[in-house]
Amino acid sequence: MVDVSEELIASLKKKAVTLRKHIIRMTHNVQSGHPGGSMSAADIVTALYFHILRVDPKNPTWPDRDRFVLSKGHACPVWYAALAERGFFPVDELLTFRKLNSRLQGHPELGTTPGVENAAGAEGQGLSFSVGLALAARMDHKPWRVYCILGDGEQDVGQTWEAAMSSSKYGLDNLTAFIDRNGIQQEGRTEDIMPLEPLAEKWEAFNWHVLTIDGHDFRQILAAIEEAHRTKGRPTAVLSRTVKGKGVSFMENKIKYHGAATSDEELKLALAELDAQEAAI
Amino acid sequence: MTAGPWKMESQRAYFGKALIDLGRRNPNVVVVGADTTESIKTIDFGKSFPDRFFQLGIAEPNMISVAAGLAAAGKIPFAATYSVFGSAHTYNVIRQNVAYTNLNVKIFCSHAGLTVGPDGATHQMNEDIALMRGIPRMTVLVPADGPETAKCVDAAAAMKGPVYCRFSRTNVPTVTSAADDFAIGRARVVRDGSDVTLIGCGLMVARCLEAADALKRAGIQARVINLSTAKPLDIATIDRAARETGGIVTAEEHTVVHGIGAAVASAIAGNHPVPIAMVGVQDVFGESGEAEELLRKYGLTAEKIVDGAHDVMKRRDRKR
Ligand SMILES: Cc1ncc(C[n+]2csc(CCOP(=O)(O)OP(=O)(O)O)c2C)c(N)n1
Repeated sequence: MVDVSEELIASLKKKAVTLRKHIIRMTHNVQSGHPGGSMSAADIVTALYFHILRVDPKNPTWPDRDRFVLSKGHACPVWYAALAERGFFPVDELLTFRKLNSRLQGHPELGTTPGVENAAGAEGQGLSFSVGLALAARMDHKPWRVYCILGDGEQDVGQTWEAAMSSSKYGLDNLTAFIDRNGIQQEGRTEDIMPLEPLAEKWEAFNWHVLTIDGHDFRQILAAIEEAHRTKGRPTAVLSRTVKGKGVSFMENKIKYHGAATSDEELKLALAELDAQEAAI
Repeated sequence: MTAGPWKMESQRAYFGKALIDLGRRNPNVVVVGADTTESIKTIDFGKSFPDRFFQLGIAEPNMISVAAGLAAAGKIPFAATYSVFGSAHTYNVIRQNVAYTNLNVKIFCSHAGLTVGPDGATHQMNEDIALMRGIPRMTVLVPADGPETAKCVDAAAAMKGPVYCRFSRTNVPTVTSAADDFAIGRARVVRDGSDVTLIGCGLMVARCLEAADALKRAGIQARVINLSTAKPLDIATIDRAARETGGIVTAEEHTVVHGIGAAVASAIAGNHPVPIAMVGVQDVFGESGEAEELLRKYGLTAEKIVDGAHDVMKRRDRKR
């Protein structure tokens, strides 16, 4: 376990609550979007953007920055929230999400949103894209690293496994993949739609270094990243056990909130719950 | 320019060589492959620049996305395989990861069209121009022969943004020379004439020249245009041909549904509509056979172009 201070953990926890509030407000505001998978990934995204990634909000295309790739593009509310909180664009802009003429498209668009690194929407392409980035970094002898978040539903996609094979073929130890193992995809539980288990063994069989963690425990997230950094010659997959809709009790583990926004009434309840969490930190 | 006798040359050989020459000049050029690298001749690039060559196996969607990632980090990746796999099999990956991102990925595909031959319809890609033209931001190249294929490599690398280039497995007549100037977006008038215009792409440019010779014997002066850029279309050259000759025949080794014929027709419809005839694959799948046999059976011949010329001239003259 990495030695991290209580203060760091507390500040990350607070930030994650802030991101979750943004997610709820953004999706409620436009009455569309995908809150569930955004919230399950919120702690991993927070750890990356507020402790790990070397990025420069004033110079989003700084060539030596670390790259964050969101393969499950529908979860972009969490990405936009993190980018805004990190200073890539004004927090006010978050409420333009999915609206006409907004820089915050319904799914990520490269070149439009400061800080966004890939286009996603069709599932299953992000890990391959990350492989290309990681290969380029290595060719240029650059120390920057690539972090990719995949959904567990994305494990259904053949291209994910094409990417998995090519990552280990090239021994991409500068690539870390988080699998947001919230157990739910669009229409149901992953194990009903298309059984994935044993999933860790699958990634191991593809010659990845595999870690299984609680994806809502910052100490475990940071320790996993540190271990990934230490791991040579192989990419690291962090199977992150998460809860879809995490942070708002009535949304947790509910298939409905994959792609449904809160009602006006639910919005109040959700924000009240998140406020209480923030106060308790 | 008159037709034949043709020197038959391999576009793949020109492609492979041009890629190595480019690789020498530009260290940012990298190549990704999908278990067809020997056949499409990118393996030679791999031998020259092993650190800039990535064999990704039978995994074309991954190949295209990896290329996109490389491009996002400043490389100029060439992704090359057979056209059926490099276009249709990967369509939405190209759309999302290459075109929507506007990344500098160059997709170069051989084995386009019927002349793939004995492999049959699964491998005869007659719809790729249609698919790729439909994607915003995509530049679509159809080089007429070997020398022009080499020029496409250089021109694609020199421009910013996604490019799709398709060419043949079979040896094709060499109709251009290294000295001919070439630019993406420009159609070249390779033979002048004022009675009718024949617009071809790929190996059908040679067919157009043969047809122009035959028409000349009947006293008809046909203009021949090599349309090596299927997108963006050189509307000025096409419009001028429509105005000055009053009738157009298009010829492509591709379905007439949304191929260059359809592109030319829609381009002239807005400005100067004239009768048009389209020689190409008539909305059917191909089959096994030798390249020449297939071109004949599916009507991709100089004779059909001549018939088309007589047809458009008759329709035009009826209106006059
Ligand atoms: C190729 C593709 N097919 C279908 C969809 C529609 N779709 C959007 S999200 C989703 C489920 C995603 O599940 P998962 O990857 O587990 O995401 P999470 O549950 O973490 O939100 C589906 C099927 C898509 N975006 N892409």
